[in-house]
Amino acid sequence: MIFKKKNSVDTSASTSGENAIANKEVEGLSQSQIVRRRFFRHRAAVISLGVISFITVFVFTALDFRFLGIWHVNGWWKWSPQDIPDLRFGDCPNDTVGCPTISLRPKFMGGSGFGFGDHPFGQDDIGRDFFALVMKGTQRSLSVMIVIGTIGASIGTVVGAISGFYRGKVDAILMRFTDFIITIPAIIIGSVVGYHFGNLGAMFLAFYLGLFAWTGLSRLVRGEFLTLREREFVDAARVAGASNRRIIFKHILPNAVGVIIVSVTLLMSGAILLETALSYIGFGVVEPDVSLGLLINKYQDSFTTRPWLFWFPGLFIISIALSINFIGDGLRDAFDPRQRRRISKKERQESATARKLAQAND
Amino acid sequence: MVAFILRRLGVLGVILFGSSFILYNLAAISGDPLSDLKLSNDPNRDFLIASLTRELQLDVPPPARYFLWLKGIFGIFVGNPDFGMSRDGSTVAHSLALAIPVTIRLVLAATILAIVLGISIGIVTALRQYSRFDYSMTFVSFLMFSLPIFWVAVLLKEYLAISFNNFLREPNVPVLWIISIALFSGIFWASIVGGSRRTFWITFGAAAGIAATLITFFSLSGWFLNPSLGPIVILGLSIGIAYGVTQLSVGLINKAALKASLTMAGLSIVYYYPANWVFDNHPSNLSVFLMACVTITIAVFVARAFSKIDRGPIVRTAVITAFLSAGLLIIDKYMQTWKPYMETDAINYRPVPTIGQRSDLLDSTDFWITNLDTVTHLFLPTVALTLISFAGYIRYSRGTLLEVLNQDYIRTARAKGLTERTVIMRHAFRNTMIPLTTIMVVDFAGVIGGALITESVFGWSGMGTLFRQGLLGYDLNLLMGVFFITASLSVIANLIADLLYSALDPRIRVGGGA
Repeated sequence: MIFKKKNSVDTSASTSGENAIANKEVEGLSQSQIVRRRFFRHRAAVISLGVISFITVFVFTALDFRFLGIWHVNGWWKWSPQDIPDLRFGDCPNDTVGCPTISLRPKFMGGSGFGFGDHPFGQDDIGRDFFALVMKGTQRSLSVMIVIGTIGASIGTVVGAISGFYRGKVDAILMRFTDFIITIPAIIIGSVVGYHFGNLGAMFLAFYLGLFAWTGLSRLVRGEFLTLREREFVDAARVAGASNRRIIFKHILPNAVGVIIVSVTLLMSGAILLETALSYIGFGVVEPDVSLGLLINKYQDSFTTRPWLFWFPGLFIISIALSINFIGDGLRDAFDPRQRRRISKKERQESATARKLAQAND
Repeated sequence: MVAFILRRLGVLGVILFGSSFILYNLAAISGDPLSDLKLSNDPNRDFLIASLTRELQLDVPPPARYFLWLKGIFGIFVGNPDFGMSRDGSTVAHSLALAIPVTIRLVLAATILAIVLGISIGIVTALRQYSRFDYSMTFVSFLMFSLPIFWVAVLLKEYLAISFNNFLREPNVPVLWIISIALFSGIFWASIVGGSRRTFWITFGAAAGIAATLITFFSLSGWFLNPSLGPIVILGLSIGIAYGVTQLSVGLINKAALKASLTMAGLSIVYYYPANWVFDNHPSNLSVFLMACVTITIAVFVARAFSKIDRGPIVRTAVITAFLSAGLLIIDKYMQTWKPYMETDAINYRPVPTIGQRSDLLDSTDFWITNLDTVTHLFLPTVALTLISFAGYIRYSRGTLLEVLNQDYIRTARAKGLTERTVIMRHAFRNTMIPLTTIMVVDFAGVIGGALITESVFGWSGMGTLFRQGLLGYDLNLLMGVFFITASLSVIANLIADLLYSALDPRIRVGGGA
């Protein structure tokens, strides 16, 4: 049974022992050092950070990069999304064409060793290299995510900071304006914006979506500012003659940065799902541009015959969203002052022995 | 209080006005509803253009046309709202009236399931903080959080629906499957129960054994083709429900409550045959509803007969038990319908559909068969929506309960020597529910607005489809009709959430100073 009696009531000795361990750890460290330490102790978050950095570098270096026709960097992958190489057929299972050549089974297990082959993710119906398409789509989705995150974060922070700091009439007006935006469900405003401006390019779409994505953040920041502005250090700064702007940006904002960072990561993981969903129903990124949602939409009917056209874009969406969620979780733990690490049995015993020794010495 | 509600409603009205004005103009300037007509070669093209212009008042510029639309909406105060005409000549109000029930049906079951499952798993993970179960559920919930619904939907269609249908052709569960299901359920239950290593393995063995036996029995007896519970199993399950509900609600120590709910469980076998007679001869929603009322009334009387003091919790326990065990009867009835349903020509032993909201080919008018048809069509969307939305509830209820468990009043309750059950269920759980309730209300409104993708994946024609139609055809009135419903719902849900919050938590007062 769930409610079986268990030792959930800590005895005061063990609690003070835990406190002692926790306090000892943060002795003489700055706030950011503590946060960094706590974050790097969150194993899932650190792994996710590694995964997302790897994906970003991997994806953005894969294809040729052109900037305004002046700057040109060659990608390491041989095909581009526009190339139409010959369709591979003959050696695919079930008489399909363009099957993936990626091989992950090492030689000693009877596979052909780790290798990419010519078309690691297969080819689409006209023979375009699907790996290149997925790379392009992931680039799009990642940059859309970052743009939405940046715009949402800046507007949300500024609006929340101003209304929380000044309160009164400014607050009322800004919060009613926030309510305006909140009443429109994200997917609906996203569809309207995406459908009408999607053809202007993914970045434009992201920009517009960002303009509507800041509401939750601004409420959080406002709440944080409302409490922080009553604290002594704000009074001290004001007595010292600091201007409002200086107090907001130099004194209060650094203290609210935990809340902001955590909710921006969540905003970003929501953003990538929103973008892919919109592209999937046809209101987001439109052809000839490529996006992960668009790829899934295009090839979902071929799932039974050529499932790789469906699997790879989905796996990229999930690994990005999952990593960001875990990073957000790690950051939340790191910034939360109430969060205490689980003290291992060994440490507890050690501290108890130390205490006993100290008592014995007395 | 009244003044607060009125003031909030006033503000909400202004907000709705503003956001609908923005959306109307945004949608109006971005496309011309006549564009496809202008390109057509139809001989009476000019006439069509003129009539559509007249009908939709396209000669009025958008900002002014918005007020014409608004005038129609204001009819809501005299009980006669006019949402305008859509492009195909039907009124928007009519299309909305058809679409709203569809969407609600689509999301209702999933939302309720997600809430119940999410909160119970969240609470267990909080009570077993830092256990393996906690870690695995955290991972699962993050994974669900990151899944795009359209992707899950395709997977579910392929692996759940089509392979289950294939499986039903020859319903024998392979041994490997039996073993893995048994192992899984063993690990699941053992990690929920927790405790010492000994209890872990006992629970593991029991759960795995029960699962393996059940599945083998189902597989050998052809249960999947002709399932039913039967009176004996219903009685057994009801007694189990009686014990479980009593333990959670008032504790097994309360003998009056235990007796009352056991009586209600025992009654389920008494009214098994009469209930089935009613189900067969007078099948309708009304008779099911009336029977539910009768059951609840009986439960109230039984509970009052058994109890002398402190009647409220005992009545509550008996009513919940009665309700759940009566629910078993309905499930049993649906199971009995399964075989005739599968034998119909429209189904032909492939009962789980991947798309649509009903089988158009089904010509049966039988109440249970048509209902079962709806249920099977709801199955996949409900699984998909539940999978995605219950992750949030797990995270949220876990976090809230952990916070509550750190409060001083929990320490006080424990110091008074209350049982762990009382501390968790009465002191901690109730306080956890305060913020959760408000979240649920807002969430439900949000789900209705966000059903667009689910509907499009599963081919349902509800609000999302209307919205899509409105957007693609530049059909402004249709678009605004859908928006008006979803936005009002979300606004009203927020208001209700605020009021609920103050009703549940006496520390929070509305209307006072703020």
